Amino acid sequence: MGEPATKEVLSLDELEAAGGLRTGRKHILSILVENKPGVLTRIAGLFARRGFNIDTLAVGPTDDERISRITLTLDGALHPIDQVTKQLHKLVNVLKIRDLEPRETLARELALFKVSADGAGRAEVMQLCEIFRGKVVDVTKRSIVIELTGTFEKVDAFEQLVRPFGLIEMARTGEIAIARGRSET
Amino acid sequence: MRAVDALMECLKAEGVDVVFGLPGGANLPTYDAFYDAGIRHILVRHEAGGGHAAEGYAKATGKVGVALATSGPGATNLVTPICDAMMDSVPVVFITGQVRTELLGTDGFQEADTIGITMPVVKHSLMIQHPLEIPRGLHEAFHIARTGRPGPVVVDIPQDLSRADIPYEPVSDVHLPGYQPTTEGNQKQIRIAAKALANARRPIIYAGGGVVAANAAAELTELATSDRFPVTCTVMGLGGFPGTHEQWLGMLGMHGTRAANYAMDEADLICAIGARFDDRVTGKLSEFAPRAKFIHIDVDPAEISKNVPAHIPIVGDAKNILPRLTAEYRALAADPARLEEWWSRIRVWQERHPLRYEDSTDSEIKPQYMIQALYEATGGDAIVTSDVGQHQMWAAQYYHFPRPRRWINSGGLGTMGFGLPAAMGAKVGCPDQTVVCIAGDGSVQMNTQELATCSQEGIAIKVFIMNNGYLGMVRQWQELFWDKRYSHVEMGQWPDFVKLAEAYGATGLRLEDKNTLVADMKEAVALDGPVLVDVRVTREENTYPMIPAGQPARNMVG
Ligand SMILES: Cc1ncc(C[n+]2csc(CCOP(=O)(O)OP(=O)(O)O)c2C)c(N)n1
Ligand SMILES: [Mg+2]
Repeated sequence: MGEPATKEVLSLDELEAAGGLRTGRKHILSILVENKPGVLTRIAGLFARRGFNIDTLAVGPTDDERISRITLTLDGALHPIDQVTKQLHKLVNVLKIRDLEPRETLARELALFKVSADGAGRAEVMQLCEIFRGKVVDVTKRSIVIELTGTFEKVDAFEQLVRPFGLIEMARTGEIAIARGRSET
Repeated sequence: MRAVDALMECLKAEGVDVVFGLPGGANLPTYDAFYDAGIRHILVRHEAGGGHAAEGYAKATGKVGVALATSGPGATNLVTPICDAMMDSVPVVFITGQVRTELLGTDGFQEADTIGITMPVVKHSLMIQHPLEIPRGLHEAFHIARTGRPGPVVVDIPQDLSRADIPYEPVSDVHLPGYQPTTEGNQKQIRIAAKALANARRPIIYAGGGVVAANAAAELTELATSDRFPVTCTVMGLGGFPGTHEQWLGMLGMHGTRAANYAMDEADLICAIGARFDDRVTGKLSEFAPRAKFIHIDVDPAEISKNVPAHIPIVGDAKNILPRLTAEYRALAADPARLEEWWSRIRVWQERHPLRYEDSTDSEIKPQYMIQALYEATGGDAIVTSDVGQHQMWAAQYYHFPRPRRWINSGGLGTMGFGLPAAMGAKVGCPDQTVVCIAGDGSVQMNTQELATCSQEGIAIKVFIMNNGYLGMVRQWQELFWDKRYSHVEMGQWPDFVKLAEAYGATGLRLEDKNTLVADMKEAVALDGPVLVDVRVTREENTYPMIPAGQPARNMVG
């Protein structure tokens, strides 16, 4: 039977999603999956269906060609991470999931920034690039493209700083991650 | 051999003796193989009927059901049964035809993205991409459907691949690195659970369909009777514990008994077994069982703490865990006297609030009485399937299922039209049993076409329509919660079910007199072949008691 039980009109606030176990921090999940067609669709579909919001998603090969690694980040303030990982585990093509401990994890993303650089700002942008250990990979009279790697937070900080100079466009990969030390992720 | 002949060999190797399906262009090769494969194929009239029949077969027998359809519309007709099987954890393998590989992605004739459409509602699915994958893929499908938490698996086979010539070798092992269900159950957790049970003063066992699926009903009774634990079951779990047992409180949830719901509300320990804290059980979640600690036993770890945080989670197969829990509990030698007070409280609820209704003073058949009469007419031990609506809830309340796999209904999805084809499948699986369907006059019309299948195949199901002339459950909600503004719930007097039955080659009967109802029903059950009985009942009766949706159990009405 359709809900609600009463004919009272619901306010939008009342419709807000119900609670769950929230950790309140960002989580990086490293997921090893079988390299088969449709696996990414299954994962994306699962997230959509259960109302989990993916912040970033990166997919790539691993050292074993039969296996791909999906690294995704999501907000533990919004989602019950435990439920997310359990549901992911139910997918037959998912081999392994690690909810990476922030302190024991190396996370990096790659970003490309196209900044307008026609006037006085040019030198300043180049200087910022240097401080952030970015690389200028394309230069025209009116713009430069900077390549930057780093944590999500570092890339964010750089974005904030160059924005006032005229950020024409930006592309980010989303983080990939690996555990520190000898043991496998 | 042709890949489709290998497919037949796989079905046989999996012990499949019957499948339900309907052919079309994309699965012509498969149907050619059926021609002399020696597997019983039941030609249904609508793929949804075939899908629900496979579910009914699986639920009645505990084996994996199989349903087939062609590509496109055949496959989309299976979506409802697939989703139904997912919600109720029914092991069914759905084999769909697909257009030839060269047509894939071109909007070819009868092309539909079956894997994409069904992805959110399957346990697993696979699209065959090479004919050599067919045998292994099929065995994997059966393995996944039947193990762990059972569920539907879809195998989509492009037409050209099914025609390929392949070497066939029997596959004996299935290796799925990403699929290893936990069945064992952690001994330490089991010990902690036993202690919690021994310390509880107001414990209750809350069992769901998982107990039935795990074939763990006897083990549940062992646990319950190792002391005097009160037991309640969800609508999916009925029969998992004998409905006539002294410790039985009745079904819980929206239309459960007051004793069961109040006991949940006041319990200090709830031992959930193969149940998933559905909203129809918990009512308002924040006020659900406020004093209770929870033991949660389930084979699916994702169910644990999904809706209600478990204090003592145990992941594994109930059949394996319950005997160990019982043994641990017995070893503690808890004093049964500690439950006296709890039982006297429960007995008060039971005495004060039994299931009740006002019987008619004339010959009118009250819907509740109809179920009681059927219980009597069938000696209380038929396989009973049902549709969805008021009649389903009354059947759950008044037919006291003595053992598991006797009660087959659509609980999670609530699929109208489930009952008749499910009965057909159950009867095929259990030909020596009496199989009755308690149907709604609305629901039954969604799959009556399968009566033709029953006539053709000699499948002697007995369908009892609780005819109230309404989409009764919706009418009830409109009456109670929407100021009795009856909007599109009246069904009128069509069709004439007796004539309809006859047109389909079945026996049609109409029963309207309470005084002869039991005898008339007995006669109907004893008739040969399929029978459709139009039982006229009180038109505007409400299903009570009831927890209004979104409210706590304490607020039961009626
Ligand atoms: C396929 C489908 N459509 C709609 C519903 C919503 N629904 C739930 S119960 C019900 C009424 C069913 O009427 P009937 O089969 O006559 O049973 P009754 O409640 O009268 O016993 C409806 C329409 C549903 N459960 N399934
Ligand atoms: Mg009705």
